[in-house]
Amino acid sequence: MEESALIQSIRAKIANDILGFHSFRGDDTILVRRESVFAVLKMLKEEFDFNMLADLTAVDYLGQEPRFEVVYHLNSLEKNIRIRIKTPVNEGEEVDSIVSLWAIANWLEREVWDMFGIKFKDHPDLRRLLMYDEFEGHPLRKDYPINKRQPRVAPIWKGIR
Amino acid sequence: MEQVDKVLAGDGFFTSRLSDVIGWARKFSIFWYPFVTACCGMEYMSVSCAHYDIDRFGAGLPRFSPRQADVLFVVGTISQKLSPVLRRIYEQMCNPKWVVAFGVCTCTGGFYDDYATVQGIDTIIPVDLYIPGCPPRPETVLDGLVKLQQKIQDQKQAIV
Repeated sequence: MEESALIQSIRAKIANDILGFHSFRGDDTILVRRESVFAVLKMLKEEFDFNMLADLTAVDYLGQEPRFEVVYHLNSLEKNIRIRIKTPVNEGEEVDSIVSLWAIANWLEREVWDMFGIKFKDHPDLRRLLMYDEFEGHPLRKDYPINKRQPRVAPIWKGIR
Repeated sequence: MEQVDKVLAGDGFFTSRLSDVIGWARKFSIFWYPFVTACCGMEYMSVSCAHYDIDRFGAGLPRFSPRQADVLFVVGTISQKLSPVLRRIYEQMCNPKWVVAFGVCTCTGGFYDDYATVQGIDTIIPVDLYIPGCPPRPETVLDGLVKLQQKIQDQKQAIV
């Protein structure tokens, strides 16, 4: 596959951490090893001027190994370019938190934990963000039953909470 | 005589005319509490403003405290996370009280047929009137209001 200039220059720095890469219509994606995510993102922020974390999310590829992919979207406001970093994560594995790089990652990582059950190592406050604390399971996982409902309060005529 | 005593002790004596008068008074002095959570609120605002002149039904004045309100107007999607709040608001209202489900999300959950949304507020609190629509037109809401007034008029009034 043809390499863009951006991927070439990044690859020169972190060749050992890269699992794969591709470019599609001007958007570059790099797949990196889970252990080196923090170092790669820090390097991109400091040396390639990607100063904005536009999004942090995850995908559940149920049935594949490894099961999840955590996705980081970075913007460079100076250079007006963007890049996507992905890292494969398996059930029970932890990803390094990047809250120390971008403060917005705090809530985004909490959302990923809430929806997918992926834990982030060294996160300052890894609680559910959208669902309530009593909620069981992680609703955006592909094996969460689509019709499962977990009412939080009982009907008032039952007299209990 | 024994039969008359039985009637007096039971369902009542004053039910016919006094109940009508109280019902008439109550139906034209509705103070509602708008529990607005979502996009239906826009339609609620247009209903409650001058253009549709809701004051002619005696329902022109929303109270922003549940303790002063008669009708709980639930406007917009209720998520599971919010459901204890809705229940608490209902418990804080004084009798007599009525509940209106405004919009399809409050009636059935609407197209939010998912893990996060209450599938109709009647799974938590009793509902007197359902106004369907996504969102309902102001005319539908006024029609619902007239039906609610009829319901208030026709019911047996609890005299406290």
